[in-house]
Amino acid sequence: MDVISLRNISISFDGEPVLKSISLNIRDKEFITLLGPSGCGKTTTLRIIGGFTKPDRGDVFFDGQRINGLPPYKRHVNTVFQRYALFPHLNVFENIAFGLRITKTPEKVVRQKVGEMLSLVNLSGFEKRQSGALSGGQQQRVAIARALINKPRVLLLDEPLGALDLKLRKEMQGELKNIQKRSGITFIYVTHDQEEALTMSDTVVVMNAGEILQVGTPEDIYNEPRNAFVADFIGESNIIPGVMPADFAVDFCGGRFECVDKGFEKDEPVDIVLRPEDLTLIEAGNARIHGVVRSVTFKGVHYEIIIEGMGCMWTVHSTDYAAVGTEAGLEFEPFDIHIMHKS
Amino acid sequence: MAPEKLVRRFWESIRHIKTFIYRFYVWLVLVFFYAPIFVLMVFSFNNSKSRTVWLGFTFDWYLQLFKDETIMHSVYVTLVVAVLAALLSTVLGTAAAIGIAGMGKRQRALIMNVTYIPVLSPEIITGVSIMLLFVWSGLKLGMLTLLLAHISFDVPFVILSVSPKLRQLDPHLFEAALDLGAKPMSAMRKVILPQIWPGVITGMLMAFTLSVDDFVISYFTSGPTSQTLSITIYAMTRKRVSPEINALSTLLFIVVLTLLVIVNLRQSRDNKQPQRKEEDVR
Amino acid sequence: MNKARSAAFPYILWSVLFTVLPLLLVAYFAFTNGSGTFTLDNFANLGEYTAVFVRSLLLALISTLLCFMIGYPLAYILSRESARRQQIMIMLVMLPMWMNFLLRTYAWLTILENNGLINRLLEFLGFAPLHMINTQGAVVLGMVYNYLPYMILPIYTVLIKLDYRLIEAAHDLGANPAKTFFRVVVPLSMPGVSSGITMVFMPAVSTFIISKMLGGGSSLMVGDLIEMQFLGNAYDPNLGAAISLVMMVIILISMLLMGFFDSEDKAVIM
Repeated sequence: MDVISLRNISISFDGEPVLKSISLNIRDKEFITLLGPSGCGKTTTLRIIGGFTKPDRGDVFFDGQRINGLPPYKRHVNTVFQRYALFPHLNVFENIAFGLRITKTPEKVVRQKVGEMLSLVNLSGFEKRQSGALSGGQQQRVAIARALINKPRVLLLDEPLGALDLKLRKEMQGELKNIQKRSGITFIYVTHDQEEALTMSDTVVVMNAGEILQVGTPEDIYNEPRNAFVADFIGESNIIPGVMPADFAVDFCGGRFECVDKGFEKDEPVDIVLRPEDLTLIEAGNARIHGVVRSVTFKGVHYEIIIEGMGCMWTVHSTDYAAVGTEAGLEFEPFDIHIMHKS
Repeated sequence: MAPEKLVRRFWESIRHIKTFIYRFYVWLVLVFFYAPIFVLMVFSFNNSKSRTVWLGFTFDWYLQLFKDETIMHSVYVTLVVAVLAALLSTVLGTAAAIGIAGMGKRQRALIMNVTYIPVLSPEIITGVSIMLLFVWSGLKLGMLTLLLAHISFDVPFVILSVSPKLRQLDPHLFEAALDLGAKPMSAMRKVILPQIWPGVITGMLMAFTLSVDDFVISYFTSGPTSQTLSITIYAMTRKRVSPEINALSTLLFIVVLTLLVIVNLRQSRDNKQPQRKEEDVR
Repeated sequence: MNKARSAAFPYILWSVLFTVLPLLLVAYFAFTNGSGTFTLDNFANLGEYTAVFVRSLLLALISTLLCFMIGYPLAYILSRESARRQQIMIMLVMLPMWMNFLLRTYAWLTILENNGLINRLLEFLGFAPLHMINTQGAVVLGMVYNYLPYMILPIYTVLIKLDYRLIEAAHDLGANPAKTFFRVVVPLSMPGVSSGITMVFMPAVSTFIISKMLGGGSSLMVGDLIEMQFLGNAYDPNLGAAISLVMMVIILISMLLMGFFDSEDKAVIM
């Protein structure tokens, strides 16, 4: 059952197209992430679902009903804004109670519901604090509680962790996922951080330049990127141009390699993705791919080694050390080769 | 050791002399600013019509001031016009500032340039041009024209005092209120207005003070029956010279001083607020 | 906030009616005669008033220069004081500005008069009395007194925003205090100076009360001329509009010369 469907949505600002006829179905109770670089249209998509921006063309459906002209205050959708947008003149309690106050809910019910929300986001005891007197992580929780109190069907989150430091961000990722599971609300999450997208989501939507490039589970997106952009954006990769002479075979770097892909046209030019962690460092002498080590950077768990050879720069993640300037060879298995149509 | 000590003492005394000269200069300018005002005030208690010879202490001029019908009527006109102009220009200006904040760059630049015209052009031009409007449209000069003119030069100051408050707002606050179910008007009332309130009040006080203080524009746009205090003062300085003027200046000075202190306290409180919050975090 | 835009409509209507239209009317009146037909006579007649224009410009320039010479050092000294003292001092500088302008000018009348306070004092000390009132000097004094705060405030605003590290950098690079002042502080405070000059020159060149009260009508200025055409005996709004238009052009040119419109930060004025 789709809770939200976008059909052929287009919009441009000042003649600049921002979304180019995108369509997307969002299932009930899933955690879906719109992922892409800044300016790709992900925030605009979110604002169209929230009702803050009207698309030039296309339709928005909520539970199968068209809601194009419906103003934000009539939608069963709530938003956690970038930098939270907490009301500075209200304390924590009143910020969370805002949605209930609008509907003139009896005081007793307000107290009870705000109390529930505070314990959901682990902020019991903070009722009387002014919103400005909270840390970033606490403001974040208030923003979530405030958005959830109206029991929306869908919660929109616009880079909610962007303003937090790394450690807090990791913590909040887990907590957000928990809140989503416990509340059973559909989360639509916008981020430019691919790692965040992969850890938290049921479904990832990769966007670039106003278009949706790929929709899939985090595993799909990582292992089977549809084109070079997705491959490059999701994790680090070596992307090499090549040709498919036949099924299960690919030519690149002056050699023919065995692979597990099929269904391409004969001699179709393709992009080949090799993940740095799939490459193994071996002796240069008997390697089909070899070159000179240009740089070595220690990354904690592994070294990041850049090797120049066969007309390419290869990024390798290896626990073995290689000295700069020495010769090194590379090895990989057929299933490490990911082949994509030229985009 | 000794010569070094001497040199240091020499430089220290130079620094002291410098500070002394600086302070002396500041006091000199302040004396220049306040001597005339002080003279006016002292002679408001002088038991004589003379503006320069002291003949003993009296409160007579203050009593006469309150009995003088021309002055009292003009005080009444001034206050009515200033209060109405301040209220109306605050409503007009606050709405305008909110509207301008929602506009595109080009529209905003155009309107702000027009807004700056009365602020930047000489008062006599503003006065004369509005007078021409009334002459041309056949509107009779009086209380109404006075009020219209005052609102016109007050509004820009309200806008310029509210706009910065709006610019400091988180752009998503209004949307957040809508998102939580508030209709646009109630989002305005419950979220935006409380945030910009200090700017609105400061703008209103500014408008009021400017209106009370104005002479030039009132001079060109008021009729014979609607003379403001400034115009009456002007008439008095031209003809009948009476120490009532001195008494009046003293009272006005005290009123203005009080108003200014209030505005300043408000402003410094506004500025301090965010700092206080930061302290709470720690 | 798209719909919020409509909140500005009443104001837009208002400013068209009471700001833009009146200015257009000034132009209209300047180029027509009493019966509404187009004419350039109003400008042709301005020739007789050349002396008034020259006097206005001269007195305004002298006043502006004096304000600068008195105001810059004061602003500089204030900017070097402790924050607490600065606050009080600035308050003291601004306070007279909010006192009724006519009363402030009237106060000088009582001081400068032939049997005013200064002459009484001179008499008491056995000196001959001075003739001060109804001279151009008195007019300049009145303008300096009234407009000096407009010079001090913008310069002070720029000076306190000046990054102190720049001064330290200049010292570090071997400039002594005097060189630092003239090569770093003064150039960086120019935006404040130019807006101060504009803020003093503009009201000074257009004033009509100060010259009347302290100049005794002997030193007629452009402002007085305009006032006479609208409210005085010489009622002729068409000529008055023409004089206003010329004055606006003079002010506009001087503002352009000062690079006033280049600076984004018009807020310095406030």
